[in-house]
Amino acid sequence: MNDEKKISGGMSEVVKTVCNILEGFIFVFGCYIVLYGQLSPGGGFAGGVILAAVFILIMLAFGKERILKIMPRKRGAFIEALGALAFLAVAWAGLYVSGIFFKNFIPTTAASHFNLMSGGTILICNIAIALKVMAGLFLVFFVLSITRVVLEGDKLKMVKKQ
Amino acid sequence: MTEAMILFLLVLMILGSIIALESKDLLSSVIAVGAVGFMLSVIFLILCAPDIAIVQVVIEILTLIILIRVTISRDIHIVTDTRDFLPFALNIVLLFVFFMIAAEAIRNMPAFGTGVSKVAFPYLSRGLSDTGSANIVTSVILDYRAYDTLGEATVLFTALIGAITILRREAKNER
Amino acid sequence: MIYTACIALFVVGLYGICCKKNLIKIVLGFIIMDYAVNLFIILIGYRKNGIAPILDKTMDVNKFALNSVDPMPQAIVLTAIVIGLAVTALMVAVCVRIYERYGTFDITKIRKLKG
Repeated sequence: MNDEKKISGGMSEVVKTVCNILEGFIFVFGCYIVLYGQLSPGGGFAGGVILAAVFILIMLAFGKERILKIMPRKRGAFIEALGALAFLAVAWAGLYVSGIFFKNFIPTTAASHFNLMSGGTILICNIAIALKVMAGLFLVFFVLSITRVVLEGDKLKMVKKQ
Repeated sequence: MTEAMILFLLVLMILGSIIALESKDLLSSVIAVGAVGFMLSVIFLILCAPDIAIVQVVIEILTLIILIRVTISRDIHIVTDTRDFLPFALNIVLLFVFFMIAAEAIRNMPAFGTGVSKVAFPYLSRGLSDTGSANIVTSVILDYRAYDTLGEATVLFTALIGAITILRREAKNER
Repeated sequence: MIYTACIALFVVGLYGICCKKNLIKIVLGFIIMDYAVNLFIILIGYRKNGIAPILDKTMDVNKFALNSVDPMPQAIVLTAIVIGLAVTALMVAVCVRIYERYGTFDITKIRKLKG
């Protein structure tokens, strides 16, 4: 089996240097697409996937140790559940405030259009969905790549790389 | 003019996907599917859907990463495909019949370029004053049809939890 | 003509599922079918010489509503693309488990080995 390419080692120096510079920019870009979802193309789903790509980039370039310091598995699962529950909480708050499920209960006036705070609950929903998508996609990729199939004796066994 | 461009890109996509499915090397197949996905994103831009183009590009990159990372490094690059003739011919005949029926079914559709749905006009004209959002697609997802988005978030959650659960179990010989 | 080409892309994906013997090629067939269906939905909503459904400060709302492309298919496809990725990840996870169990990606050999 192909065991030389270990995941926990990461990649060469050039890749690590470029990743050090780029990861901040991509993160800020992802946050911009999430927050300005109601004024320009984007929104929660697109921004969440871009933020997940930042963490996958760190994991591919530096190996497992660094990403486990930033986002261990329990924290990732917590953020994903937090995003889903925040989305539900906004819906229930709409029901509580005005009797209609999921009503946009933050009022907007015509003077505040084309601003960041003009969308009402759309901003909170965008952030919740972005958290959920980001944590979920990163967790799936992490679990997919920490298990390797090795050949032991003459049986194939799936081991978790520690 | 846009029709010609879209048709040209669609023919390229069909060629690319046939190459992806028939290639003997797994790495070439995965890269060909990546190329098909990027051409799809260009088609979305021509069709005036910038939201969808952004999502398609990033999802395409993540799909490529997942496919290459998981499958190619398991040291099975070359695919050998021995083919029995009779099941293969039967499959081709059935696919051809399916294609003929589908082509007949879409012949009665309105021509390409006429707006089909009538429900969009109130959303477009009252979207900004009702919800305060300038991006009408976002206002449809998160205000007018927010319940559907809740359902989609649940489906996403379920699929991801399923994938994590399948891979989380340790191998039985290790306990 | 464009709709027929989209259906042809769908049939190519279906060919990948039905006629191929390697599990990864079957997963690639699913991905191509996913592309074809999303493209078909967006093709329905296009309007000739249309503009994207995003308002600007300088636009007149009524003229925008008459000229813009349909935002409903875009709202449907937006989440469908992300869910397509999640289903692809699920299928790849199943493929990894099958590889651990049988040592191959070939579906004819998977049928013949004892579990």
